[in-house]
Amino acid sequence: MSALIEGLFNGISIGSVLLIAALGLAIVFGLMGVINLAHGELIMLGAYTTFVVQNIFKPLGEPWFGLYIIVSIPAAFIVAAIAGLILEKSVIRLLYGRPLETLLATWGVSLILRQLVRSVNSLLAISIALFCLLFFGGLSLLKQRRSDWEVVRNQVIAILLPVSITISALVGNLMSGNFKLTRAWFSARNVDVSSPAWLRGGIRVSENFQIPYVRLFIIVLTIICLIGVYWFLNRSTWGLKIRAVTQNREMSSCLGIPTETVDALTFALGSGLAGVAGCAVSLLGSVGPNTGQNYIVDTFMVVVVGGVGNLLGAIIAALGIGTFNYLIGSGTLALMFSSSEQLAPFLSFISTSSMAKVMVFALIISFLQIRPAGLFPQKGRTAEL
Amino acid sequence: MSKLGRRKFLVYGSTGLAASMLLKSCASTDTSTSGTDGSSNGGSDADGIKVGILHSLSGTMAISETTVVDAELLAIDEINAAGGVLGKQIIPIKEDGASDWPTFAEKATKLIDRDKVVTVFGCWTSASRKAVLPVFESKKHMLWYPVQYEGQECSNNIFYTGAAPNQQIEPAVDWLLENKGKDFFLVGSDYVFPRTANTIIKSQLAAKGGKTVGEDYIPLGDTEVTPIITKLKAALPKGGVIFNSLNGDSNVAFFKQMQGAGLNPDKYPVMSVSIAEEEVRQIGSQYLKGHYASWNYYQTVESPENDTFVKAFKAKYGEDRVTNDPMEAAYIMVYLWKQAVEAAGTTDLEAVRKAAVGQKLAAPGGLVTMQPNHHISKTVRIGEVRDDGLFDIVWATDGPLDPIPWNQYVAETKGYACDWSDPEKGGKYKT
Repeated sequence: MSALIEGLFNGISIGSVLLIAALGLAIVFGLMGVINLAHGELIMLGAYTTFVVQNIFKPLGEPWFGLYIIVSIPAAFIVAAIAGLILEKSVIRLLYGRPLETLLATWGVSLILRQLVRSVNSLLAISIALFCLLFFGGLSLLKQRRSDWEVVRNQVIAILLPVSITISALVGNLMSGNFKLTRAWFSARNVDVSSPAWLRGGIRVSENFQIPYVRLFIIVLTIICLIGVYWFLNRSTWGLKIRAVTQNREMSSCLGIPTETVDALTFALGSGLAGVAGCAVSLLGSVGPNTGQNYIVDTFMVVVVGGVGNLLGAIIAALGIGTFNYLIGSGTLALMFSSSEQLAPFLSFISTSSMAKVMVFALIISFLQIRPAGLFPQKGRTAEL
Repeated sequence: MSKLGRRKFLVYGSTGLAASMLLKSCASTDTSTSGTDGSSNGGSDADGIKVGILHSLSGTMAISETTVVDAELLAIDEINAAGGVLGKQIIPIKEDGASDWPTFAEKATKLIDRDKVVTVFGCWTSASRKAVLPVFESKKHMLWYPVQYEGQECSNNIFYTGAAPNQQIEPAVDWLLENKGKDFFLVGSDYVFPRTANTIIKSQLAAKGGKTVGEDYIPLGDTEVTPIITKLKAALPKGGVIFNSLNGDSNVAFFKQMQGAGLNPDKYPVMSVSIAEEEVRQIGSQYLKGHYASWNYYQTVESPENDTFVKAFKAKYGEDRVTNDPMEAAYIMVYLWKQAVEAAGTTDLEAVRKAAVGQKLAAPGGLVTMQPNHHISKTVRIGEVRDDGLFDIVWATDGPLDPIPWNQYVAETKGYACDWSDPEKGGKYKT
């Protein structure tokens, strides 16, 4: 009995990590059809936000320090959502309906974000901020002042771009002698996020089984996110607009829905959820520039198996993959069939973590042979769009 | 129109003027900086000695390898400040292996062929060393390798300044058998070092009356360890020893989740061979307190050489930094190379190779000697993690232990040894 509960709980807890990481992607990829390879890096940004919030709370001491994780969840959501918004406005917006280009562009963005975290220092931040201020500030200023904006637009960019680059590079160059400014904020090294005292340890169920608080916390967080997303998409006005735009863009536009704003909002929501996932995974593993890479394949797996554009599918897929991963990897399966002489040697052979991954992949591939569109494929006219 | 035209003129004119002024000032600062650079270097580029530094500055191994680079650069700086080697300054050329093994081989070829370095300091994982080994063998070049590894290798083209298995793993197993119990569970990352290390441990346990109750491997960088923890508890219901050769990020997940599952060090002591001061800091000492590690050097070693090393390191990189075993090995290998070059009187590869054997150095971790099998003899210590993230040294060998690269517990290599000082014997001969 205890083994059954343990198996069930561990399956759910692995699944919930997969689910919370995949939830944002289920929206971005599932609803909008954007193959966002930078999703993992948005998770990483959320994890780094947690690290920063933790460091802000550190001087406060107990009991305030224990609350940092609660604060870091909305903070991670906001940071990742803003990053997602910038990404949408600058790159993705131009590439709707071109999945291959989106794939390459977002992969490039993921590389940029990873390197940014490694090499960001105050100097770089100041230079980038200065450049944005000069370039975009100048653009918007001239846009307001000039009545013939459309005519001179290209010329203005041609002048403003080199000027802004020169000024920010110059300022950067002048200040580069300052050691404090050139010190990397995070560096390539991983940083530690230690869970607050109230999340350490767990509930002891039997002598050999303890339910870790961290895992419970992640399960609860996943459920809250799910309910929130469900409510937002199905009960709120904006959710209605999002669904309308994803089902029929032209018609929605004709009916007066601002489709560009809806796109940006949807993408920001998906990115923000990735940020929350980052907050959750920082409690389990390490936080580093490559944190996102550990999750990107799994998240796509969940969304593809679940069926694109379907939250319920993603939930079942995440829990299913999590449970299979656990059953195979922990050797529970091998134990269950230990009486069978044909199966037992094979099952104990595959019951290592590496082999479990291989087996789960094999299962997914064969599953997709039978149901290429996932668990719950979209039906009706929307599927053809 | 005329008004607009004037405004246009004003905008373009002023931006153009501003741009030209900025470009001018920029250009002047550029020339002034390059001028100071030139004078400070004093044209030493022309007659410096180029050495390669080849580590992962990015990717999953960057967590560990960047610290080794710091130690190597510290040694090079110190040598340069003291006048260099053979009267010449050392010029380090850094390359990023990016935690990707084929990249290591590519960059090694680049350092040797294009940069014409006289030696390379580099690599961390055995996988990366195995990837560059054919490059160094075919070009008959020289690699200095600073990390403890699984042994079963003895190349004429590599000098190993980390521990061989008999200088880290074997003493750790002996100590555990004596003090912590007979039942062992082996956990490792899925690549060559943990797999070979665990083969050695299993044969050693079989020979000394211990028992391997289970083993499992996680793909490098994976963070889901729940299945392993279940297996661990099933295999060791009453508690027992866990021998951990995980590398990189997985360690963080492993210790965080061990604590969450309620596996405490008093019942499940973990002996790690890839966790040193730097890693403790990144995992968090609250997760590691009471667990063990086996190394040749800790920051807490008490010796005047170590005080100097730690002080110099902190002065260069900041008070909050720590020193650890691979960093010490990286630091001393630069000095050993320098001594070998000075003894040979040239940077010629064959001459340096001959001169390197027998070099002695009072290292921060105690006296080390380069042996004819290209490994060094060094002291072995076992440490317990304490609250501040440093180690209490709970056990140490009386003096330096000689390295045995070919393992004597493994059937295939039993009775073999390595001696490069004797052309008759070479990399693997029967004793």
